[in-house]
Amino acid sequence: MAFVTASWNPLGEAFYRKVELYEMCWSIRDGLRDSLVAAAPYGGPIALLREPLRRSPSSRPQLEIYSASGAAIASFPWKSGPVVQLGWSISDELLCVQEDGSVLIYDLFGSFKRHFSMGQEVVQSQVLEAKVFHSPYGTGIAIVTGSSRFTLATNIEDLKLRRLPEVPGLQGRPASWVVLTQDRQTKVLLSIGPELYILDNTSCTAVCPPGLSPHAGSIVHMSVSFSYKYLSLFTDSGHLWAGLSNLQDKLLEFDTKTTERPKQMLWCRRPKSQQPSVVLMWDRLLLVVGECNDTIQFPVEDPSVLVGEMDGVRIINSTNQELLQEVPLVCQDIFKIASMAPGALLLEAHREYEKSSQKADEYLREIKEQNVLEEAVRQCVEAAAHEYDPATQKSLMRAASFGKCFLTDFCSDPFVSTCRELRVLNAVRESGVGMPLTHTQFKQMTLQVLIDRLLFRQFYPLAIEICRYLKIPDYQGVSRVLKHWASCKVQQKDLSDEAIARAVCVKVGESPGVSYSHIAAKAYECGRTELAIKLLDFEPRSGEQVPLLLKMKRSHLALSKAVESGDTDLVYMVVTHLKNEMNRGDFFMTLRNQPVALSLYRQFCKLQEQETLKDLYNQDDNHQELANYYVTASYREKKLESSLSLLQNAVDEYNKAKNDFAAKATEEEMRLLRFQRKLDDEKGAGLLGLSLQVTMETLLSLGLHKQAEQLYRDFKVPDKRYWWLKLKSLAEKEEWEELEKFSKSKKSPIGYLAFVEVCMKYNNRNEAKKYICKVTPEQKVKAHLAVGDLESAADAAIEHKSESEIAAVLSRCSASDRLLVDRLNRASGAKK
Amino acid sequence: MAAHLSYGKVNLNILREAARKDLREFLDKCAGSKAIVWDEYLTGPFGLIAQYSLLKEHEVEKMFTLKSGKLPNADVKNIIFFVRPRLELMDIIAKNVQSEDRLHSSRDFHILFVPRRSMLCEQRLKDQGVLGSFINMDEYILDLIPYDGDLLSMEYESAFRECYLENDQTSLYHTAKGLMTLQALYGTIPQIYGKGDCARHVANMMLRMKREFAGIQNQILPVFDTLLLLDRNVDLLTPLATQLTYEGLIDEIYGINNGYVKLPPEKFAQMKQGEASKDPPTEPKKLQLNSAEELYAEIRDKNFNAVGAALSKKAKIISAAFEERHNAKTVGEIKQFVSQLPHMQAARSSLANHTSIAELVKDITTSEAFFDSLTVEQEFMTGVDTDKVNTYIEDCIAQKDPLIKILRLVCMQSVCNNGLKQKVLDYYKREILQTYGYEHILTLHNLEKVGLLKPQTSSRNNYPTIRKTLKLWMEDANEQNPNDISYVYSGYAPLSIRLTQVLARPGWRSIEEVLKMLPGPHFEERQQLPSGLHKKRQQGENRTTLVFFLGGVTYAEISALRFLSQMEDSGMEYIIATTKLINGTTWIKTLMEGISWSPK
Repeated sequence: MAFVTASWNPLGEAFYRKVELYEMCWSIRDGLRDSLVAAAPYGGPIALLREPLRRSPSSRPQLEIYSASGAAIASFPWKSGPVVQLGWSISDELLCVQEDGSVLIYDLFGSFKRHFSMGQEVVQSQVLEAKVFHSPYGTGIAIVTGSSRFTLATNIEDLKLRRLPEVPGLQGRPASWVVLTQDRQTKVLLSIGPELYILDNTSCTAVCPPGLSPHAGSIVHMSVSFSYKYLSLFTDSGHLWAGLSNLQDKLLEFDTKTTERPKQMLWCRRPKSQQPSVVLMWDRLLLVVGECNDTIQFPVEDPSVLVGEMDGVRIINSTNQELLQEVPLVCQDIFKIASMAPGALLLEAHREYEKSSQKADEYLREIKEQNVLEEAVRQCVEAAAHEYDPATQKSLMRAASFGKCFLTDFCSDPFVSTCRELRVLNAVRESGVGMPLTHTQFKQMTLQVLIDRLLFRQFYPLAIEICRYLKIPDYQGVSRVLKHWASCKVQQKDLSDEAIARAVCVKVGESPGVSYSHIAAKAYECGRTELAIKLLDFEPRSGEQVPLLLKMKRSHLALSKAVESGDTDLVYMVVTHLKNEMNRGDFFMTLRNQPVALSLYRQFCKLQEQETLKDLYNQDDNHQELANYYVTASYREKKLESSLSLLQNAVDEYNKAKNDFAAKATEEEMRLLRFQRKLDDEKGAGLLGLSLQVTMETLLSLGLHKQAEQLYRDFKVPDKRYWWLKLKSLAEKEEWEELEKFSKSKKSPIGYLAFVEVCMKYNNRNEAKKYICKVTPEQKVKAHLAVGDLESAADAAIEHKSESEIAAVLSRCSASDRLLVDRLNRASGAKK
Repeated sequence: MAAHLSYGKVNLNILREAARKDLREFLDKCAGSKAIVWDEYLTGPFGLIAQYSLLKEHEVEKMFTLKSGKLPNADVKNIIFFVRPRLELMDIIAKNVQSEDRLHSSRDFHILFVPRRSMLCEQRLKDQGVLGSFINMDEYILDLIPYDGDLLSMEYESAFRECYLENDQTSLYHTAKGLMTLQALYGTIPQIYGKGDCARHVANMMLRMKREFAGIQNQILPVFDTLLLLDRNVDLLTPLATQLTYEGLIDEIYGINNGYVKLPPEKFAQMKQGEASKDPPTEPKKLQLNSAEELYAEIRDKNFNAVGAALSKKAKIISAAFEERHNAKTVGEIKQFVSQLPHMQAARSSLANHTSIAELVKDITTSEAFFDSLTVEQEFMTGVDTDKVNTYIEDCIAQKDPLIKILRLVCMQSVCNNGLKQKVLDYYKREILQTYGYEHILTLHNLEKVGLLKPQTSSRNNYPTIRKTLKLWMEDANEQNPNDISYVYSGYAPLSIRLTQVLARPGWRSIEEVLKMLPGPHFEERQQLPSGLHKKRQQGENRTTLVFFLGGVTYAEISALRFLSQMEDSGMEYIIATTKLINGTTWIKTLMEGISWSPK
């Protein structure tokens, strides 16, 4: 504890420290000499290709993949062409850029995934140099070819090659170059001798770093910071220039007094950096140059590789790995010798408290007097997050925990979350996992990405543990892990379909958000159709199953799943698919077994393919519907004969359907149509298509009584309806004599009130009265009322002693009928 | 704008706002000035979500109706089609686009499918070679539309026909999806009850969908305690009966469409004094009817016979309020009076409107024809002479009364008799075909297929048992101060609402026998709530039930449920959802087969 500051080196006002991250687990014979090395930022994996340019087929170079702690993950002989550059994508894929411009992509475990080319012309001109870079758009690659041309791809997931314009006067490769991402544009910055050029999509522009002395010499090395905001240049006279990458400002200029080109040069910054620096490494020396022109020198004993991080630089050599970084301000405050910062006092107070010393109280009092206890707790928590050593973390957190006991309104969220995050960080930093993330990096990359990284490395149990510990909703946490696990599981060739399906089902179960169809698709990709089908069975979302099933040509299954989903659009989709895929017979047979699909298809046909509809009904022997179909069709026909023949078809089908009523009704309709056509031809009556009733009506109004009569008899029209028809028709034409004759033709089936009312409708009270005497007693009151004879109505009502009838008469009486009203009221009263 | 949606126990404005937000987002996706080409059917339902002003704010400058041929000229950057996913509409769109491209190439095309995208339609557009012309192709998930403070409707008119006649369950899928959306906003509904095949299907889909989304745990405290899914075909009787509530009668006589009614203008003519001298207006008077109007909310659910009294009481209150001005002495009092003036004037014009409407309705309800037909309905419902040919119906046919009226009555008789004797049925059918035309044979077939008309198969008629057990007929229905739901049909208590009522208390177990007589399964499902979301009910706090009518609901049924919500001891509040608001006429209309004789 006391020696926290032992590894600190002052640089200007600030301090730099080197923290040992790992003793490397690997044993590499020749160290890192003569190897192409790629180490991914954020504590990512390390790839190593020994003697990459060895071309003899007898001894192929070996490609090795390690975790950041040096644990071997994969190793295989490189059988492809000579590799110019290795790099890692943001999703932990290894990119190998070959001399011929092809880029081969491997996963962490060394299995080949895919490849692409940086352009045809490169095959000829060859790649001289390549760089893999990361930007908000993803992982990109830039190359410079033998013909001195640059080609860029900003995102390898969505490959769009951009060939940059020619650089005037450039022969071979430039002395040095970097990729810059500025203003949402990716550019190349390159140097030719002392000149500096910016190359973008359209042009190549000469630029000049402000304040760089014209005598500084040729620029032989350059580097941009993690954020692309800062740039440093190294000239062949040993001159170091650093400034903003937009070349608006200079930050420092320094003479290293070494003309030798450094092997690596990197920025070492951190968020809220007090003293950013440039780190240069030569064979034997590591030099840190701060903005204040102060320097720190470290000896280099073993060939090393520097890896730039957002908050420092990792130094990897064959035996160990260190993190060089500026000590965060809060840690300086607490640990600086004789610091009186609140956090330092609190840490001291707690230390005394543990010793059961009363000094604890003194320190505490001091903090409280200054009213900075809250600040002290905050400092301890924050500093703990930045410390790499668990013991230091613990003592800081304990101090914070001690301090918060004396606070009343303390918000414990930062404390709790820091505890949790540190626990997770310590777990992934373990050498076995090998992800040396700092807290700052962790916050930047987010928990989601950390879990993804663990998944890429197949640390499933740890990932699940972390998800559960941090109480991440299943959907984003455990389920995602299981999904990844299962996708990986289905690729295990040594297990049977049965065993894998069972294993997946047991583990994944009904975990929310795990898509079985996704897993099944993976299985299908690996050529395991049977397994895919087994897995699909577990998928609750039918909608997801269907496309894959169709792809695997399991059409029947796809159809039943689509039906199961209830999503009719999906059913339609499968049906359309089947229709194109199968012959008609099979297609109909398939539909027959799926009533829901069949009825949907019928609906479709009704709107779109009438003919098919007929075939469908035919095949199902659905005579009723077939008959209905013919009926509908008959209405569309323009010629009566064709209509009739379709109706005849309908009759046949109705008969087959044993629908006697419909068959008979249809036959009658045919008869009616023929009759109408005949009369239309003879008399131009315009009857065709009218209903029987309207036909008779028309005939009567045309005075064709005989024909109407004929229809009445032929079609067995009920007397009642016919009487009504005739009554109204005669009244309408005011043929009152004819009407009276008709009324006497036989006893009226509709009674005589109807006669009264119809006469009144045509305002013929005299005629109406003729029929009153024939009205049945029950309807008498109504009849009298209809002709407006209140007296008689009242008489009849009183005679019937009917309350409701009396009321009905009363409601028609006006003030002038007082006598009548009295009489009615009396009658009504007497009854009570 | 839609404050009335938030007054109820469940704030349905949340749903409306969510729908509006989606709409805005889509409109903003198409940057620049826009013209919307509407599938005409959608304008009504959309009116319930957003007025033109919202569209205008998002640079919608023109609106057209979707029709074949060339698109009208409009100097806009984007043309957006708002359509239902139907193939025939795709063909029209394809024609529109094809005739467009040659003239202006600068306009961008977009499609918004309501309520869902369809692969079938996209395929059609692809076959027509226009799929690539569309920049954006999106879906606007508009399943349940907030219709009033306690009412949601999908405005899906053909739902009943599709489900029961065509075996097309698309509407049920949308129902289930809509219920999922509702649960996303208002919490998981812990209990689901249902009766009927469609109800079962919807519940199955909901449970399946819940499994599909299982990961996204809904952390909202449930607003609804229970969901009751009811198939319309469980209660075919109620919609056939003439509704006797104020709102129900307005709907029966004039038809309420998407919350609006169109009325004959004569009665409203004298209201604007300035214009009184001019010619009487010929345009129908269009009124919006919902609970935003205080008076309407008060009287809509009353039996029509109680409306007159309510209106005159209101008239007294309003004129008393206006009289207050004579009492206002001090400046303060006058100021207060003036501040209330707009409200009072609104109340007065509302009163005038409803007095006019009530007069219009009364002209109908006091007619003999209305009385006679109601008498027959009530005879059927009470089981009088349901097994023989009814003379009134016969007479109506002879008089060529509207076919739908005949069909309503015949169907009602069939339902109340659990099917008609073959002889009786054939007689009616023949009468109908001979009088109204043979083409109606298909309509009759449809009615038979959905069970509204049927030949009696078993000798046993179980309607009387159902009527007695569920007390569907109440002799002494009190229309003025109701004490039972039967007031909405002046005696008949809607079967669907009785089922709802019994479910709440004492539970369906008490009527197992009757449930078995009604079509389709009845069931109960529970949905697990995440721990911590179990409601701690305050004493006396009402439970909330969402009643979903699959295939339509009538205004009278809604009134009956509102009546139950208001009963002091019911302990239950009802929110109503449906595929569509129907009445016997609109309902039967959807089942008719519209074919006509082509000229020869």
